[in-house]
Amino acid sequence: MEIKQKKEKKEEIVRIYIMGREYKVPAGLTIMKAMEYAGYRFIRGCGCRGGFCGGCATVYRVKGDYKLRMALACQKTVEDGMYTSQIPFTPAEKPIYNLEELSPSVNVFLEYYPEIAKCVSCNTCTKACPQDLEVMDYVQAAIRGDIQEVAELSFDCIMCGLCAMRCPTEIVPYNVALLARRLYGKYVMPKAKHVEERIKEIESGKFDEEIRRLKETSMNNLKEMYEKREIEPE
Amino acid sequence: MDLAEKVKSISGEDVLSCYQCGLCSGSCPVRYAMDLSPTQVIRLVQIGEVEKIFESNTFWICSTCFTCQARCPRKINITKIMEALRQIRLRRDQDKIALSKIPKEELKIFPPIALVSNFRKTTS
Amino acid sequence: MIRLPYYPGCAVQTTARNYAISGIAVAEKLGVELVELPKWNCCGVFPSLATDDLMRHLAPIRNLIHVQEMNDSGVVQNENRVVTFCSMCFHTLKEASLFVKDEEKLGKINTFFEREKEFVGGVKQGYKGGIKALDFLEVLRDIIGYEKIAKEVKKPLKGLKVAPYYGCLVIRPREIGIDDPENPTILENILEALGAEIINNPNRTQCCGSYHTIDRKDIVAKLTYDNLIYPIRNGAEVVVTCCPLCTFNLDFRQKEARELHRDLKEIPVMYYTQLMAIAFELDKQFYGVDLELHHVDPRPLLKAKNLY
Repeated sequence: MEIKQKKEKKEEIVRIYIMGREYKVPAGLTIMKAMEYAGYRFIRGCGCRGGFCGGCATVYRVKGDYKLRMALACQKTVEDGMYTSQIPFTPAEKPIYNLEELSPSVNVFLEYYPEIAKCVSCNTCTKACPQDLEVMDYVQAAIRGDIQEVAELSFDCIMCGLCAMRCPTEIVPYNVALLARRLYGKYVMPKAKHVEERIKEIESGKFDEEIRRLKETSMNNLKEMYEKREIEPE
Repeated sequence: MDLAEKVKSISGEDVLSCYQCGLCSGSCPVRYAMDLSPTQVIRLVQIGEVEKIFESNTFWICSTCFTCQARCPRKINITKIMEALRQIRLRRDQDKIALSKIPKEELKIFPPIALVSNFRKTTS
Repeated sequence: MIRLPYYPGCAVQTTARNYAISGIAVAEKLGVELVELPKWNCCGVFPSLATDDLMRHLAPIRNLIHVQEMNDSGVVQNENRVVTFCSMCFHTLKEASLFVKDEEKLGKINTFFEREKEFVGGVKQGYKGGIKALDFLEVLRDIIGYEKIAKEVKKPLKGLKVAPYYGCLVIRPREIGIDDPENPTILENILEALGAEIINNPNRTQCCGSYHTIDRKDIVAKLTYDNLIYPIRNGAEVVVTCCPLCTFNLDFRQKEARELHRDLKEIPVMYYTQLMAIAFELDKQFYGVDLELHHVDPRPLLKAKNLY
C-alpha cells in the first residue's frame, strides 16, 4: 500500500532542475509554466506562449538519457528528472544586405554566408529543430543556390536559434533561410495579379473618397458599421 | 602526447621509413612558395622538432595534389602528414583564413567546391 | 538503356552546369540513363585525410546511403554503382567508400546514422557497404567503350587542336585514381575517338592550385601559367578538362596569370563532354557554351572550325 501511494503521488508532482537547482512542480505543466510555478518571472525569452515566436528556446536533458534535447519552453511539458535551461538569445552573425540590390543568383548565399560551405551534413541542426524542419537539407540547397528549395523547406522556421547553437561548423541556418524566403518572395515567386491591380487602384486614388468619409465618421458610427460589416464566408 | 607522436597518430604514417631522397620536394608543384620543403618537414617530424614546422607555412601551402604520395619510393603518404599538421593547428581553433576577409565580388563567382574544400583545409 | 544512379554535386548545378548538361545528353546518346539521386547533399570535398576524423565522412557516406535507398524503392535494381561528373565529388565519394571498409570506423559512423531514424529528414538506415563511385570517364571507357563513342561521331573534330588536362583527383592517389597517375590516357583516347588532334601537354597531371584560389590567387595564377603555356606553345587551341575546379582555375585565373607573364595568350577551356556533344551533333543547347559560364568564350574558335 505504502509503495502504491508513493507512485500515485509521483504522477502528480515531478522533480525538475532549472539551471541546476531542484524544484518540485505539478506534472503536465510546460517548462515555461513550471518555471513560473517555481517562482521565476520571464522578462526575456518569452513571447507568444503559443509556439510561434521562437523566443523561448530551451535545452534539456532527462535523467538517465545521454541525449541533449532541444524544445520550446512554451510547448514542451516537464518530465520527472528533467534538467533544463533557457537560451533566450543566440548571438548570431547577420550581414547587412539591401534586398533591392541583390539578385537571386546561385552564389548569393555563399556571398553573404560563406560559412555554409563548411557544412559536414551531420544533421545535428535537423535534430535540434523544434519545428521538425529539414534544416540540413536547406543548408545544402543553399550551397547549390536553390532559392526555392531553401524557402520551401524553411517556411515554418520560427527563428528560435537552436540550429545555430548546435551546429559544429558554426553556420547560422535560420538567417540563411530568412534571406532565401526574402529573395523567393521578391524575385522568384509569381506575383499575385489581384494584389498588383489593387495596389494600382489604391495609388490611382480610387479609395481616397471612401477613406476621407471614414475619417469623418464618429466613433459610435464606426463601431456600428464595424459590427454590421459583411463577413466573408470561411 | 608529444607533437611528433600526434602527427604519426593523426596521419597513420610511419615517418621513420623516409630516407630523405627528396623526390617529394622535387615533385611538389607549390614547393617554390614553401618555407620548408616537404622533405625537411618529414625530417623534423622524425627528430621530434615539430615546433619548427609550425613556424613555417609549408603545410598550409600544400594543395593536397597527392603527387608526392604517388611518387614516394618508400610509400609514405606525405599528403596525410601535411593534413595531420593542419589538423593539429585547426583542432586548437587556429584558423588559417578569416571568412570575413574574402572579397564579396570573388564570392559571387567561386564554384561551391572551391569554398567547401578551402574551408575544410584552412578553418576549424 | 543502362540506368545508373547519378550524383550531381554542387558544382555542376552552379558554375559547371555546362558539364552536366552536355554530359547527361552525351550519356543518353550512348545508351546510359543517369538517374539523379532523389536526395543528395554536398559530398564534403576534400575528404579528410586524418585517420580519426569520422565526422568529415558523414557527408559522402550519407550520399552512398541514398544510393542504397534508390535500390530499396525500386528506382534502380541491384545497382551498386553511382556516377559523377565532378572529379572532386568522385574522389570524395570513392575515398569515403574505401575509408569505411574498416568495419570499426563504419560501425561508429553507422551509430551516428542510427540515431536519425526518429526525426524528420533523417536517413532510415546505416551504410551497408559495397557502393562504388564511378567517374563518368570510367563509364565511357569501361561500360560504353571508345569504339561505340567513335561510332556516334557525326561531325569529327578534324583539325581542332586539343590539349587534355587531368588535374589531380581523378588520377591520384593510386588507389582512388581511374588511370595511371603518371601517364593517363583516358581523355586522349576519347578525344581521339572524336577525331580531334591531340596536343601534348606535359603538365596535364599537375595541380591547378585547387582551393588556394580563395586565399592564394598568386599560387593559382602561377600554376595556371605553367599548365597553359606548354600546350599553347605546342599549338593547342583549346584545353580539355574533367574537373569543375580545375576548369575554374584554368579559365578564370588566366587574367591573374597574364599579370604575371604577359606572353600568355587567351585559350578557351572546355569539358570533354562539351566536345562530345559537338562531335555527336546534338542539339546546340547541349553544348553548354551559351550559358555565360566560360570566362574565355570558346564560340569564336568553334565557329572558325565550323563546329558551332
